[in-house]
Amino acid sequence: MARMLMKGNEAIAEAAIAAGCRYFFGYPITPQSEIPEYLSKRLPEVGGVYLQAESEVAAINMVFGAAGAGVRVMTSSSSPGISLKQEGISSIACAETPAVVVNMMRGGPGIGSIQASQNDYFQAVKGGGHGDYHNLVYAPASIQEACDLMAKAFDRADYYRVLCMVLGDGMLGQMMEPVEIKPVKIAEYDKSWATTGWDGVSRPRAVINTLYITVDELNELCGRLQAKYKIIERDEVLFEEFHLDDAEYVVVAYGTVARIVKNAIENLRAQGIKVGLFRPITLWPFPMLPLENIAGQARVKRFAAVEMSAGQLVQDVRLAVNGKKPVELQSFLGSNVPGPGDIAEFIRGLKTA
Amino acid sequence: MNNEHILIAGFGGQGVLSMGKMLAEAAMAEGREVSWLPSYGAEMRGGTSNVSVHISDKAIGSPTISAGEATCVIAMNLPSLLKFESFVKPGGLLLVNKSIIDKPSSRKDIDVIYVPVNEIAKELGDNKVANMVMLGAYLGKSKVVKNETLMNQVREVFGAKKPAVVALNEKALAEGGKLSV
Amino acid sequence: MSKAIFTKTKMLTDTPTHYCPGCAHGIVHRLIAESIEELGLSHKTVGVAPVGCAVFAYRYFNCDMQLACHGRAPAVATGVKRSRPDTLVFTYQGDGDLASIGNAEINSAAARGEKICVFLINNAIYGMTGGQMAPTTLIGQISTTSPNGRNPEVNGYPMRVSEMLATHEGAYYVERVAVNNTRNILGAKKAIKKAFEYQQNGHGLNFIEVLSTCPTNWGVSATEAMTWMEENMLPYYQLGVKKDKEARQ
Repeated sequence: MARMLMKGNEAIAEAAIAAGCRYFFGYPITPQSEIPEYLSKRLPEVGGVYLQAESEVAAINMVFGAAGAGVRVMTSSSSPGISLKQEGISSIACAETPAVVVNMMRGGPGIGSIQASQNDYFQAVKGGGHGDYHNLVYAPASIQEACDLMAKAFDRADYYRVLCMVLGDGMLGQMMEPVEIKPVKIAEYDKSWATTGWDGVSRPRAVINTLYITVDELNELCGRLQAKYKIIERDEVLFEEFHLDDAEYVVVAYGTVARIVKNAIENLRAQGIKVGLFRPITLWPFPMLPLENIAGQARVKRFAAVEMSAGQLVQDVRLAVNGKKPVELQSFLGSNVPGPGDIAEFIRGLKTA
Repeated sequence: MNNEHILIAGFGGQGVLSMGKMLAEAAMAEGREVSWLPSYGAEMRGGTSNVSVHISDKAIGSPTISAGEATCVIAMNLPSLLKFESFVKPGGLLLVNKSIIDKPSSRKDIDVIYVPVNEIAKELGDNKVANMVMLGAYLGKSKVVKNETLMNQVREVFGAKKPAVVALNEKALAEGGKLSV
Repeated sequence: MSKAIFTKTKMLTDTPTHYCPGCAHGIVHRLIAESIEELGLSHKTVGVAPVGCAVFAYRYFNCDMQLACHGRAPAVATGVKRSRPDTLVFTYQGDGDLASIGNAEINSAAARGEKICVFLINNAIYGMTGGQMAPTTLIGQISTTSPNGRNPEVNGYPMRVSEMLATHEGAYYVERVAVNNTRNILGAKKAIKKAFEYQQNGHGLNFIEVLSTCPTNWGVSATEAMTWMEENMLPYYQLGVKKDKEARQ
């Protein structure tokens, strides 16, 4: 497929189809409604099912049912809708069924704004719903990367039997960029655990369950989940380094903010300031070790988290840097998208701080 | 090639978003990196809409355009002129829809071209191509993509079914271009 | 030589149920299981268990099962049926699960005409959490959260779910049955079986409300519970077919 100019939301929807997703249950909310709109047209064309649910709560529980039936299924929403979906997200983690959720973040709290924000970092990586669980969280910075990560998200969801979240924001969803929806080689995974109807002989009876009423049972489940998360933390970390080779100042940013930071860095480099970018692509698992290693290098003087939230990302940066170097924070609040100039000004301040 | 940061703004219905899209698609067809970012949501309803287009030889960083960064602002109505005139960087270009804006620009450090898009479009026979007249003026000055590449996008949309529409758009583009040479 | 004159349906596991003496869940489980087996559809059945007393239903029905979040069984069943249209899908829900927290899910599933069977077991009280007021609790009925009896000035009126769902164009079959005596139990079985047959023929939504008992939380004996149901529930929740699109044709 040649490069096409596509809206982020529509490209992500097409990428889901390329990744073998044939089932979508969702509910409209700005700024992600082009995903359900696009799939309502496209899924029937490829033999799939699009269903508009009565609420985000119902949508995620439909995803739960279809995931438990062993098909590739997804939903999408934006911040307030993702809050509503947390019941099902926690249940999917517990039932160990594979599903993909796209979250095009907007400003909160409350109904908030419909403009881009990163204020749901904690919700995405630190929990969201109740219980000791994690979702694999991918944070694309471009539409092309979002499409590539959709394929990865469906694959890893099947492989680990976890929920994968693709975490973008309103800007990524609404903007257009050239994108190539690449053909995906879809791996087949054993799904004999799925509820497809039981003949009584060919496999054990399938039960998709989220109730572990005794301490022993729940303890065993939690142990199994944590063991799985350890493997994911070891094997699934993704990040990008930009001008870090000689950097004295390291900016940590993800998603659309990271691409704005790149502009700022190019301008500052032209002025002789040695600054680079560390961009986590997986937010959970967070690239703790790579960042810790950078912090241990003598030439690195200072870290800075730049985020469209009030000090959420910076907490993971501080955990990774672990006191080795100072870690500053630049927050942009209330869906206030910074320009490269705003970020450059902050980075210049680091030098004199 | 020069890197362009174009902000186009006007009323809903003036074809602001599609102007940006045609420009981005044409630049992409010529092998450039592009991004297109609209204003969206409630501010679109009944108000002014705008779109930011970046055209570059390198991967696009910020898809937004801040004050003083635009290589070109196209103001299709008065509120857009008032809001975005300051976004043009010194030495940059401001295109003003003269048909409905009677206020001159206050900037002295930039190129300003006043384009009577509606009158030209009407002369050509269809008010709908007013936005193409404006695009023609922009391309005539900036030469950021060839008229022919942009016309290929128009042909893709209207195809062989509406050759008259394609021809009209081509004329509008050419007429607009004459204003800025 | 002994001769078996009765065998348990294979659609129920051998796991002993946790239900209280005098609770009718066991009867309804058996009616559903027997119906599926008699129709020869065990191999394609997927059941969805609720949150409530029947939360362990996945241990008892001997088919593929999913456990839904509180009230969401119709949404989960929708996900299963839409992605696996060849399966026979049913939900098994209590009145708190279905009529209170799950009201949006059941009404929307009915409006969409989902090709599933939904069984509501209505005993006019929350059982698992210990006898709190349900949307179906009767006027004057004492519960742990209506200690002086349900007062309509404060709590409004008990919800007649079958009548409500029958108003949906998408509802194909709606019937209220009871399991208080042999005759009614046989009638309930007939309704349950019909609901599955309708689904098998591509129709939905099929909804059976079963009036049931809760001696533990009603504070009566197992035998008194049947009388309590007859005297208090039957007058308010009238039995019968509320809608049957096939019968009308």
